[in-house]
This record gives sequence, structure tokens and C-alpha cells, in this order.
Amino acid sequence: MSEQYVLETRNLVKEFKGFVAVNDVNLQIRQGDIHALIGPNGAGKTTVFNLLTKFLIPTRGQILYRGEDITPLKSAAIARKGIVRSFQISAVFPHMTALENIRVALQTAEGSSYSFWKSGNSLHKLNERCMELLESVGLAEFANTTTVELAYGRKRALELATTLAMEPQLLLLDEPTQGMGSEDVDRVVELVRKAAQGRTVLMVEHNLSVVSKLCDRITVLAQGAVLTEGDYQTVSADPRVREVYMGSDGSGERGSQAAASENVEAAQ
Amino acid sequence: MDQPVNPADIHKAIVEQQKIQDRKKLMVNGVLLLLLLAAPFVMYPVFLMKILCFALFAVAFNLLFGFTGLLSFGHAAFLASGGYTTGYLLSNFSGLTTEMGIIAGTATATLLGLAFALLSIRRQGIYFAMVTLALAQLVFFFFVQSEFTGGEDGMHGIPRGELFGLINLEDNLNMYYFVLVVFIACYLLVQRIVSSPYGQILKAIKQNEPRAVSLGYNVDRYKILAFVISAALAGLAGSMKSVVFQLASLNDAHWHMSGEVILMTLVGGMGTLLGPVVGATFVVNIEYQLSQGPLRDWVDPILGGIFVLTVLAFRSGIVGELQKFMRKNLG
Ligand SMILES: Nc1ncnc2c1ncn2[C@@H]1O[C@H](COP(=O)(O)OP(=O)(O)OP(=O)(O)O)[C@@H](O)[C@H]1O
Ligand SMILES: [Mg+2]
Repeated sequence: MSEQYVLETRNLVKEFKGFVAVNDVNLQIRQGDIHALIGPNGAGKTTVFNLLTKFLIPTRGQILYRGEDITPLKSAAIARKGIVRSFQISAVFPHMTALENIRVALQTAEGSSYSFWKSGNSLHKLNERCMELLESVGLAEFANTTTVELAYGRKRALELATTLAMEPQLLLLDEPTQGMGSEDVDRVVELVRKAAQGRTVLMVEHNLSVVSKLCDRITVLAQGAVLTEGDYQTVSADPRVREVYMGSDGSGERGSQAAASENVEAAQ
Repeated sequence: MDQPVNPADIHKAIVEQQKIQDRKKLMVNGVLLLLLLAAPFVMYPVFLMKILCFALFAVAFNLLFGFTGLLSFGHAAFLASGGYTTGYLLSNFSGLTTEMGIIAGTATATLLGLAFALLSIRRQGIYFAMVTLALAQLVFFFFVQSEFTGGEDGMHGIPRGELFGLINLEDNLNMYYFVLVVFIACYLLVQRIVSSPYGQILKAIKQNEPRAVSLGYNVDRYKILAFVISAALAGLAGSMKSVVFQLASLNDAHWHMSGEVILMTLVGGMGTLLGPVVGATFVVNIEYQLSQGPLRDWVDPILGGIFVLTVLAFRSGIVGELQKFMRKNLG
């Protein structure tokens, strides 16, 4: 039955000292979908991501990947299974070049990552693949630029390319467009669309126009629990969604904008 | 910004740049080597050996602190356990050649390092420092209580013996060149580690640990390996030091020593290869100069002042600031 889903959660719960951040969440992500996880600030979206990738340990519940129970696995093992995440706050290696950032991801599979006696030049054979990935996100000319010096939008593009270097089966993107101008947003939409070919994507996204353009299915989270689920039309027509999400749109937008500028600073 | 780029060209440029850097490294290493080879003819060899032992200690520490981002406050334990083990074996088993004693001392420190690492590696930041400090204090009390260390009196009269049963190390020049060879080998090893595929992962972990985890790296294992190598080299420094001075004492196990190696690394420049070497040279010299003059009783406060000054004004240390200066003024 459950094999049709790439990822499934069963009664997933996360409590922080009595506060329930994720409450009995049952997610079902279909193979090949771009699936959005939306909801107001503090709904528990990032916490769900942290649970799925075991950056946090679930209080209760199960996580299944292609029908297999992966609840006991550790973060690194989950990544090696092909579930790779990006972060809400741009996650790059700031004092490495763009190319080196990608190479770190390629080294996981390359298998020499404990070889402390080998020359660094042995990594040059990965450069070609790095360049391909950089090109695919339009960063080829910045290959040799130290990452701190890249503009925010480019850092996020680099992060995406690094994630893709892992050849993930399931891509978890936490607000990939956060803090971006509209031009960058359009680029990211295209990148995600391209990246999603042959893959499954679960993304947190505040920007509803991005969601409507990209996503096949949407789960709405509010106060840690699933409010509703469906395609964009169904979800956006649901009055409860309007109430918790779009109703609080003004404050939500402001909140995420504040968070966004924080992220920009954090990334500097 | 819009001009077309050819990935192959960029790749070539990167490889070319790497070559230039390698060549620069080779040149710096060459100059240093010449200086070190000639040094015992102008300076007192025992003093030079002291510098080399501390430089190795600091280089070992910096592998963990500067390149992995882990601040251990317990490295004295490795210096001392290496020194005591070597001292004990060479004093009590006359059949052992010197290098065997040194290897055994290094092995002891390596195992101790593994134990420390397993107990501390999951702690973050200040908690990691505290756990390593606590463990090192345990080791210190063990050495205080043990008979074989000579307690407060220390272990005296350790025979230098003969290297491979052939080369008489009582001769200061012979001893110096032996220490120099070991030092250079270790320095090159660390240089290699830092630029190796493994070194890239250490860099990544230091710069953004959650990201490294999300890319599938079991970061604890990488850190443990770095810790163990660092402890091994620190132990080797202690072993050689006990042979050079024919003495192993509680000073080496005291938390002061763990602090001193932090000072050396910071003053010289953490996260640079040469930094800890320069820092160790600087600190050992200052201590010596001061202890000869009227400021004899002021060594600790003066070093403390230097420490504060470094942390407040010269974060990158001597070598780091020099590198910045050269980049700015020489392109
Ligand atoms: N480590 C933690 N300890 C305690 N509370 C936490 C922790 N992490 C998250 N929370 C709380 O859980 C709730 C959900 O947070 P989460 O970050 O998952 O929200 P989100 O939906 O991602 O919000 P945003 O849209 O602002 O990113 C919040 O109230 C937050 O304060
Ligand atoms: Mg979030």
C-alpha cells in the first residue's frame, strides 16, 4: 500500500518541554511530486524538516521512506539514503570557494573523505562535475570566488547546486526563495522545476505565487497540526486556510520579511 | 558579468592557481629548512630543541583548534603522558633504543586521545572545552599520585640513549638533528592533512557543521580522527621533550600547559600552518628573556597581557596579520 509514497509520516509528534510544536502529523509525499508545506510563522514547518532529517528526535511517531521505517536512522545516514535538505538560513561553507562547496557534497560518494594522507590534488577529478553543477545554476563564473563574497541570491543558488550534487531522491527545501528579490525568485522557481525532474521535492514556501506555479500538492500546517491538504485550488479555497494563513497574511509576510533580513545578515 | 565563461578555462585557472600556491609553500618550506639546519651553529641547541618541541605541540593543537574548530583545554594530558611513558621506559629498560621509547610514548598519548575524544566529542563549544579540561585534571591527579612519575619531584635523569642503537644522542647536535627531522616530518604531515580530501571535510565541518551533516557526513567520526591525530602528535612532542631535557615533570601535565599552547597558537595565528610554530618560538623566547632579567616574577602577567592584546586587537595572530598585510600591499 504505502510503497506508492516516497515519504510518509505516521502520527509524528515533537514536544519541547511540554510545548507541542508538531502535533500528530501524517504526511504522504507521492513519488515525483513537488509537495509544498505551508503555514503561518511558527506553525512547525522547519521542525517537521528537522524531524525528517533527524536534526531533532521525534517525541513519538514514525517516518517511512519507500515503505521502510527510517525513524531510528541518524542525520548523516538519512542524507546518504538520498534525502537531502537545504536550510531556511542559507547554508554554505563561507570560506571555501563555490567550487569547493560543491566538491564537499561530491566527496560523500567519492569515498576518499577520510584519506588524510592523500594530496588535495586528487580532488581535481571532481572539478568537471562541479563545473557542470555550477553552470546549471548559473554560477560557473564564480567557481573560484570565496562564498562569503557572493550575493545572497547566489549563495542560495549555490546551496541548491550543492544539494543536487548529492543526487538526492527526495529534496527537502526550506524556504528557498526567502529574502530574495522577485528576479531571483523567478530564477529559483526555474531551478527547482528543473531539479524536480526525476525527483520528489518537499518544500516549505511562504510565497504563494511560487507555490501555485510549482507545486502539485499542498499540506497546510497550523499550530503544529495538519489543517488541510490538497491541490492549490482546493487549499486556497478553504476558508480555514484563509483564516489561519492568508488571514494573518499581513503579519505573516512582515514576520517572514524580518526573518529574511536577519538571514541576510547572518549570511554575511 | 555577462561575458560567457568556459568551464574548462576556469578549471584550468584553478589548477594553475593551486600549482602556484604549492610552489609558494615549497619555497617557504625551503627557506625555513635552511634556517633550521643552520640554527644550532648560532644558537644553543637545547634551547632550539625546546622551541621545536613546543612548536610541534602547538602544531598538533592547531590541527584540532585552528583547522577543526574544536578548542581542547586538555592537551597537557597528551604532552605529559607521552613524556612520562617515554621517560619511564627509557629509565627502566636499558635494552630499549630511544626511538622505541618515543614510539611507545606517542602510542600512549594516542590511546589517551581516543578515550578523551570518545568522551568529549558530542559536546559543543564551551562544554567540549570543559570536558577535556576535566579529563586532563583526572590525568594530572593520576600523575601526582603515581609513584613512577616521582610526584612533585618529577622524573629525572632520563637517559637519551642511542637512536636505533647507533647514533649517540648525548651529543646535542645529534639530538638536535633528530628532533628536527621528527618535527619536519610532523609539520609536513599536518600540511598534507589540511590540504587532503579529509582536510576539506574538516574545513567544511568547521565552517558549517549542520550543513556537513546534511550532506551525509558523520561529523563525529571526522572530529574523533582529528582529535586522535592531534593527541598523537602532542604526545610525540612530549616524548621528545622528555628525552631532550632528560626530565618529565608535573609542569607538563598542569592545566597551565593546556593554556600555554592555546596562547602560542593564538599569538602565532590559529588556522595557519606556520602560526603555531611562530607562536611557540615567540612565547618560549619571551619566557626565557624575561626569566633572565629583572621582570622574572612578571612572566605570567606579561604573557596574560599579550594574550589579551592578541584576542582584542590581532585576532589573526602574527602570521595571520602578516598574511593580511601582504595580500593588501603586494596583491
Ligand atoms: N529547539 C526548539 N526548542 C523549543 N522550541 C522550539 C524549537 N524549535 C522550534 N521551536 C518552536 O516550535 C514552533 C515551530 O517552529 P518552526 O521553526 O518549526 O516554525 P516554522 O513553521 O518553520 O516557522 P517560520 O515560518 O517562521 O520559519 C515555534 O513556536 C518555535 O518557537
Ligand atoms: Mg521555518
